[in-house]
Amino acid sequence: MLQPAQSAAGSLVVEGTRIDMIECGAGRPLLFLHAENGIEPAAAAIEELAKAAHVFAPTHPGFGRSELPAGMRSVDDLSYFYLDLLDQLDLRDITVVGVSLGAWIAAEIAVKSTARMARLVMANAVGIKVGDRESRDIADIFALTDQEYLELTYCDPSVGQRDYKALPDAEVLAAARAREATARFAWNPYFHDPRLKSRLHRIRIPTLFLWGSHDRMLSEAYGRAYCAIVPGARFEVIDRAGHFPHQEQPKVFAERVLAFAGNK
Amino acid sequence: MRVYQFTEQAYFPTWNDHSGSLRVILPNRKCDPHVAADLFHRYYDEYQLCDEIGLDIMLNEHHQTATCMSSTVVVGLAVLARATKKARLLVLGYPIGHRPDPLRVAEELSTIDVISRGRLDMGFIKGIPYEIPASNRNPTELMDRFWEAHDFIIKAMTTHDGTFNWEGEFFHYRQVNVWPRVWQEPHPPIWSTTGSSSQARVLGERGYVMATLGTGFGTRKLYDAYRKGYVAKFGHAPGADRFAYLGLVAVAHDKEEARKRGDLIAGYLRTSAIVHVPFRNPPGYVSPEDNARMLRGETPPRGFTKDGRAINIHATSVDDLIDAGVLFCGTPDEVYQQIIAFCDHCGGMGNLLMMGQAGFLTHEQTVDNLTLFSREVLPRLKAYQQPDAEAAAKAVAA
Repeated sequence: MLQPAQSAAGSLVVEGTRIDMIECGAGRPLLFLHAENGIEPAAAAIEELAKAAHVFAPTHPGFGRSELPAGMRSVDDLSYFYLDLLDQLDLRDITVVGVSLGAWIAAEIAVKSTARMARLVMANAVGIKVGDRESRDIADIFALTDQEYLELTYCDPSVGQRDYKALPDAEVLAAARAREATARFAWNPYFHDPRLKSRLHRIRIPTLFLWGSHDRMLSEAYGRAYCAIVPGARFEVIDRAGHFPHQEQPKVFAERVLAFAGNK
Repeated sequence: MRVYQFTEQAYFPTWNDHSGSLRVILPNRKCDPHVAADLFHRYYDEYQLCDEIGLDIMLNEHHQTATCMSSTVVVGLAVLARATKKARLLVLGYPIGHRPDPLRVAEELSTIDVISRGRLDMGFIKGIPYEIPASNRNPTELMDRFWEAHDFIIKAMTTHDGTFNWEGEFFHYRQVNVWPRVWQEPHPPIWSTTGSSSQARVLGERGYVMATLGTGFGTRKLYDAYRKGYVAKFGHAPGADRFAYLGLVAVAHDKEEARKRGDLIAGYLRTSAIVHVPFRNPPGYVSPEDNARMLRGETPPRGFTKDGRAINIHATSVDDLIDAGVLFCGTPDEVYQQIIAFCDHCGGMGNLLMMGQAGFLTHEQTVDNLTLFSREVLPRLKAYQQPDAEAAAKAVAA
């Protein structure tokens, strides 16, 4: 089994598309779907999760070094990609954990099939439209300055700050690819699929919504409205965290996930 | 050489009254429709003057901006198709990757071609980054949409024997049959713009007229990339008529007056980049590799003087702009010499897109600028012998 530090180069091919995937830890299986800011900011959370779970953490197509198959342009496409991945690895009774964009992907997987899933964790999830047509549920991150973005998405904006002059080339390129891939999948309709809301009733496995208390890109009211549509879903707040609670509070995030998944 | 007069039809009264962005988010409350009407009529009058004095006409469109009131270029084309008699009408351009409905584009442009009795030049463009918020088109697939729209429009303009079917990646139609049929056969000439060598080569392979905007003495390498593509496809060198260049033009008998006009017209360059930062580089507009370089703060300069000095064309002096081949400015003799020196640098350039009006240049100054150019520079440019095209192409191959 690969350790996180060594497994950065780990990759697999799913239906002809090569993606990076970290595989680490031991225990019940857990699929971690990263947020729009990529896999690197999730490193600490993955390490914490791996203390009590067998973690599979792929880099989404179009992000990092993962290939983007021709014609893939929606979260719906991504969800079928991951259904193929689950089949290929023959994973069963898996806990699927997604943050933001990753949670949207997780929801799109779950409404199609939960046959291989035991539990679902949705952290600061996007993916549905809650307010009326003139209300912006989700801040327009592409209309924000870098500083405004950090202030809306982090409890402590310095956590999100990256010094691109000092980072390795591969990580700078990954940041550029993450921005482009996010736009590819979430530009229009903006960070949601208008049809998803009416399909959420199909998620009939235990579901936990985790919510960073200081997310100003998405409101807690949005998260609670989302949670209310998924049958039986629970809602928990993570303090001193913004839109990326796995990044700002990796230990607390992992503890909540592992407790819910029954790994501890 | 052909010379097309161009103005962005700016709403300049608010140029000094904005909060850091003249585009996208500047509230339209700052636009007085009565003032806008007067400006539109004035700009159309100036275009009609061009028709009378032997200049061709170029129009464009931008959105949500005080730098350019022409937000729907087909309206200006329609007015001028009827109000002019001789001038060619170049749209440069029509941002077809943004349009929801390319059938509508084919219908609009065919109609303009017919009303103008075959005077339309059809420039299809990607559009600058700031156009994305207005169309909300996904910037990561803009060029894929562009090329499908392009293919569809050409097919729609060249199909004359009944309907055809189109079920593409982006556009779906089942009974396409455009009326009226285009005047120019097989379709109006196609133009495009680019600042990238790879796209220049693609345009060369297609043989379209390629325009570059304000690229000064960085133009030659783009033209050479075009030449490579053109020669590979057609087996001979592209003529100067395949190349166009947008330059600012200020001419007067008095050198000081010419400088004054040049400075006012340069207001276009000084205002065009005043845009709220997040709208300057939408995701996917340039490659991840280029974006990675930008994240590192490595942004190469785009403007160069003839002797290779880097300048920022958005904030520099009239002298630097002249040295950079961005502004042609001076007496008629000087302007003629500057333009042909630029043509020599390019290895041939057959279409000057002349920004002879911008910003605070008044109607009277504009009329004088255009008239003097037409009388004393244009005839000499018409007679000018372009550099040998085959020699230019051979130099690239060598």
